[in-house]
Amino acid sequence: MGPYILRRTGAAIATLIAASVIIFAFIHLIPGDPVYVMLGDAATPDQVEELRERMGLNEPLVVQYLIWAGNALQGDLGQSIFFETPVTQVIAEGAETSILLALITMFWIVAFGIPVGVLAAMRQGTWVDQGLSGLAMLLASVPTFWVGLYLILTFAAGLGWFPSSGYPSIFEEGGLSNLRYLVLPSLALAAPNAALILRLTRASMLDVAREDYVRTARAKGIPPYRVVLRHILRNALLAVVSAFGFTFAALISEAVVTETVFALPGIGRTVVQSILRRDYPVIQGVVLVIVCLYLVINLIVDLSYRLLDPRVELE
Amino acid sequence: MLNVENLVVSLRSGIPIVRNVSFRIEPGEILALVGESGSGKSLTSLALMGLLPPSIAITGGRITLDGAEITHLAPHQRVRRGCGKVAMIFQEPMTSLNPVLRIGEQIEEAIRMHDPDSVPAERALELLDMVRIPDAAHQLRAYPHELSGGMRQRVMIAIALACRPEILIADEPTTALDVTVQRQVLGLIRDLCERLGVGVLFITHDLGVVAQLSERVAVMYAGVLVETADVVPLFRAPLHPYTAGLMACLPDPDSDEPHMATIPGSAPRADAIPDGCPFAPRCPRAQSVCRSGTLPLVRGAEGQAARCHFPLTEGALA
Repeated sequence: MGPYILRRTGAAIATLIAASVIIFAFIHLIPGDPVYVMLGDAATPDQVEELRERMGLNEPLVVQYLIWAGNALQGDLGQSIFFETPVTQVIAEGAETSILLALITMFWIVAFGIPVGVLAAMRQGTWVDQGLSGLAMLLASVPTFWVGLYLILTFAAGLGWFPSSGYPSIFEEGGLSNLRYLVLPSLALAAPNAALILRLTRASMLDVAREDYVRTARAKGIPPYRVVLRHILRNALLAVVSAFGFTFAALISEAVVTETVFALPGIGRTVVQSILRRDYPVIQGVVLVIVCLYLVINLIVDLSYRLLDPRVELE
Repeated sequence: MLNVENLVVSLRSGIPIVRNVSFRIEPGEILALVGESGSGKSLTSLALMGLLPPSIAITGGRITLDGAEITHLAPHQRVRRGCGKVAMIFQEPMTSLNPVLRIGEQIEEAIRMHDPDSVPAERALELLDMVRIPDAAHQLRAYPHELSGGMRQRVMIAIALACRPEILIADEPTTALDVTVQRQVLGLIRDLCERLGVGVLFITHDLGVVAQLSERVAVMYAGVLVETADVVPLFRAPLHPYTAGLMACLPDPDSDEPHMATIPGSAPRADAIPDGCPFAPRCPRAQSVCRSGTLPLVRGAEGQAARCHFPLTEGALA
């Protein structure tokens, strides 16, 4: 297993380097000069030139990239143009909200997607299955912001069960009960992804149910629920686990929308605002962190896949 | 003793696939069920197991094992009611074992269901020894993909035996194996049948295997048992023209004939089986009487019987 992790980590690092080049290049291809944003329309050419020099924007792109990448390696992602604080600090401020939102969302996805998918597969062709599959199709097709607005209308504005926007830290007054602010956003974010996992679980269960070894298991005379849990579900989950890497990617992009709809002080909303402000160090920094996260999560998914399936060699 | 009486297996749409099949298997006896692909052999065996897919059902007849009716019971219902057991080994050893569970876990699972008083780990070891798997203690911890096809089929036999069956169904268990391994597995099945007194239903399309292994043969065509007989009389003097056709298709090493014989035409599809004798359209002896109505049961010597208007051995007509 050791050499495999090494090889896999090496590949992740290569991906990270390539991603950093792309991130850097793209930001610099976007029209709009951050210097004008910072100084306003009234700036004189001398002021502009002076600030460009100070920010290193007059260096060749390659040099700029190497400086940025070198600093990033030391944990310095530069200064936010808008906030005038380190980018790492800007990210850290949004991290609590985003991490908690992601964790709660993942919980919904696993807690609903997999058991309901199993239920639909076991009731294949009945009205239970058709109802659940139809619901999943609906949830997977409806845009996240619409689900979010609808949840706010129903459960916040209408019934008043949950707050409609914002999120005070769990370390502030209210403590863990502040998590209620994340219930509706996480449900909105979970809906399309749980629907996909539901459909994948169902399809995978039905595939595995046709396997010869499931017939062998039935032939042993073990009770049907044990055939489902031990023989069908266990193998069906192999396909579902490998989908979690993609689910995570979907979560990141949809979190941007969700955090905006629910006015959550998370990283996603910071990115959107930074794009509008041409605050390119923040954009670069956040995207780089997300790429790292994505690589780590996929590494974990790969490793767990290899632990779940003994046929995959770990040399 | 397994007794199958007038078994009818049909699609949900009502089309019968297996029609009025009757046979019995005594303890320690091997009955070979012979027929082409699609003749209903495998569906007959799944019906005996209580493992028919949801789209197919038993619509007539009954199956009894040592007097207890098991016709419509799935395996887990048979365990719960404590009736006699039918176990099965399948054609494809490569896909019949769960890839993510160790061999030992898969055998012990069956032991816990059928042998609650034994120590599962010890019994599993005993079973692997019984099916002659070398280094059994080590193999219990192996995953299926680490074993060869022959070894996996032995594991399947061990799982079947863990169910303490009265009847073992072997559905073409050697088709997917190398010839040398085939012979070992066949020998193993015959030994176990004799030693444990298990009745075996051996499904095959290989008449060579039939001659080596079994005492009695049932020949199936288009869902109907056309002939049942002991092996020796069947090979010496088949009654039914279809059986004779099968024999004629066996390659003869002494013949100079470059082409192997075949039966002209092909077996009918399950939804287009003709009235009367299903073999009539391909039969050289068929006459108009064969194409409708029921078929007479013709009995020969030594328990040989066939359903045919014009059997081959004239003297056999009773």
